[in-house]
Amino acid sequence: MNLAETGVPLDSRSKHLRSLVIDGLSAGRGHVGSSLSLIEIIRVLYDDVLNVRPAEPEWPDRDRFILSKGHGCLGLYAVLADHGFFPVAELKTFCKPGALLGGHADAHIPGVEASTGALGHGLPIGVGAALAARLRKRESRVFVVMGDGEVNEGSVWEAALHASKHMLDNLIAIVDYNKLQSYGRIEDVLPLEPLADKWRAFGFAVREVDGHDVNALGETFAALPFEKGKPNAVIAHTLKGRGISFAELDATWHHKSTVDAVMIERLRAALEQG
Amino acid sequence: MRQSALNAVYDLAKRDPRVLFIGSDLGAGVLEKFKAEMPDRYFMEGVSEAAIIGMSAGLAMDGFIPYFNTIATFITRRGFEQVAVDLCLHDLPVRLLASGGGAVYAPLGPTHMALEDIAAMRSLPNMTVFAPVDAPEMTRVIEATLSWPHPAYIRFAKGGDPVVSSPESGFAIGRAIVMRKGADALMISTGVMTSRALIAAETLGASGVQASVLHVHTIKPLDVESICTAAAPSSLVVTIEEHSRIGGLGSAVADALADAGIVTPQLRLAFPDEFVNTYGSQDSVLQSVGLQPPQIAQRILRALSPRQGEVAIS
Repeated sequence: MNLAETGVPLDSRSKHLRSLVIDGLSAGRGHVGSSLSLIEIIRVLYDDVLNVRPAEPEWPDRDRFILSKGHGCLGLYAVLADHGFFPVAELKTFCKPGALLGGHADAHIPGVEASTGALGHGLPIGVGAALAARLRKRESRVFVVMGDGEVNEGSVWEAALHASKHMLDNLIAIVDYNKLQSYGRIEDVLPLEPLADKWRAFGFAVREVDGHDVNALGETFAALPFEKGKPNAVIAHTLKGRGISFAELDATWHHKSTVDAVMIERLRAALEQG
Repeated sequence: MRQSALNAVYDLAKRDPRVLFIGSDLGAGVLEKFKAEMPDRYFMEGVSEAAIIGMSAGLAMDGFIPYFNTIATFITRRGFEQVAVDLCLHDLPVRLLASGGGAVYAPLGPTHMALEDIAAMRSLPNMTVFAPVDAPEMTRVIEATLSWPHPAYIRFAKGGDPVVSSPESGFAIGRAIVMRKGADALMISTGVMTSRALIAAETLGASGVQASVLHVHTIKPLDVESICTAAAPSSLVVTIEEHSRIGGLGSAVADALADAGIVTPQLRLAFPDEFVNTYGSQDSVLQSVGLQPPQIAQRILRALSPRQGEVAIS
């Protein structure tokens, strides 16, 4: 089942955020497909769910958001810039010498909780952050977005054991399940199914959702915690490259290092049509 | 030494609510009083070192100071990426308490012997690396880490090690301690090799060779000033470590001397670049690679003067 194939149309806000991702390609490179599958997940979190203060990113009582699939950072940066964590103009220097923003999530950037890029790090850090919130008797929650290829990593499942042991219902593990990893289809490289059952077996309360349907995502996050005393898992079914017709479901768009001005115009045109 | 370290962590936790203790799957009953008195700050998380290091990072990001104890090689080999990315890149005050540094686990074989741990840890930016000589010094190390704002790797010895450190020498992170003075050779050592160096120095003294012993409990940041000051007038620098000859104390000292333009010959007493292929005890393995006090003395005599060495051997 791929809930994302229901094809909920992208609204103007989703297209705007994608146009910011395209702004970030002026240095000619970026994890395009990996960022585009994430947009609605991060948009809904920052628009409606996370208790954060863009003008005070270190506010102690904030909810934590960790982009564990750090290569999808353009998607995060588009949303953070749009929310005023840093100027939108920073996107245009992505990956350039001296830039604030580079190819993987970096904790020195306002609003970025953890430097990620090597996979399988975000959920263990999230477990620690959720334990810390409990120790400090804070209500804050910890959201961790992982890639589907990322959950190949054993450290993800070690952390899942810890989360379950500690009954961290303030921890939300979200899988951006776009069905493609760098080489090709998940089911060919390292099959994950039954993915939701795996999380259930590790003690999580699980929901599946169309990761591009902002209403469905909002309803899902509004239902947190799904079950008292259990960590939460959201399997967000998405399309890699969503919004750019010729990049959708194409593994070669996982990462591009040859995006020229002509291609950027093609991307913008495709986004308008999509 | 391990017991002293854990007791010191307990004492810190009693007076500072930021201090946490985390173990992997340690021996039954470890730090029972900590668990009984501060159960919310005591964690035993199973054989999952990589995730535990990440978890420690998440806790430290919120102002806690986790002390994580497991076997040294499980930190430095299994958890290297987590140490590099989660701890060092974020420059977080997580303390890695590494049981079985060097050849302590000789009976258990090469999977458990930590002979490249110092090299691995000192290569990482922001990391601090300690190898104290005895239990009282271990206590001083743990105490000093409470307010140290960076990640730290703390190498444990076997336990029951001879006490040669003295509180009168003082303790400061990154400050080497002169344990003995002599004009003929400079011995620079770390961890429990310092106690062996001191015995070797007495042997040398009986042969008419007076050696200094400089104890380096903090391998990173290295006390470059003390090392260079002591090395410049010496005719021979001897580095002594329970570690591979690649990347450990000997390498750090060689780097420091080369950078300072000091050309004193250096004798590196360390493990060869190979896995240990024998069992036995820490002492027997040290003997097999020439790191027991009589061997250290002989090798120094040989380096100072081949003729003296021959006399000593006979």
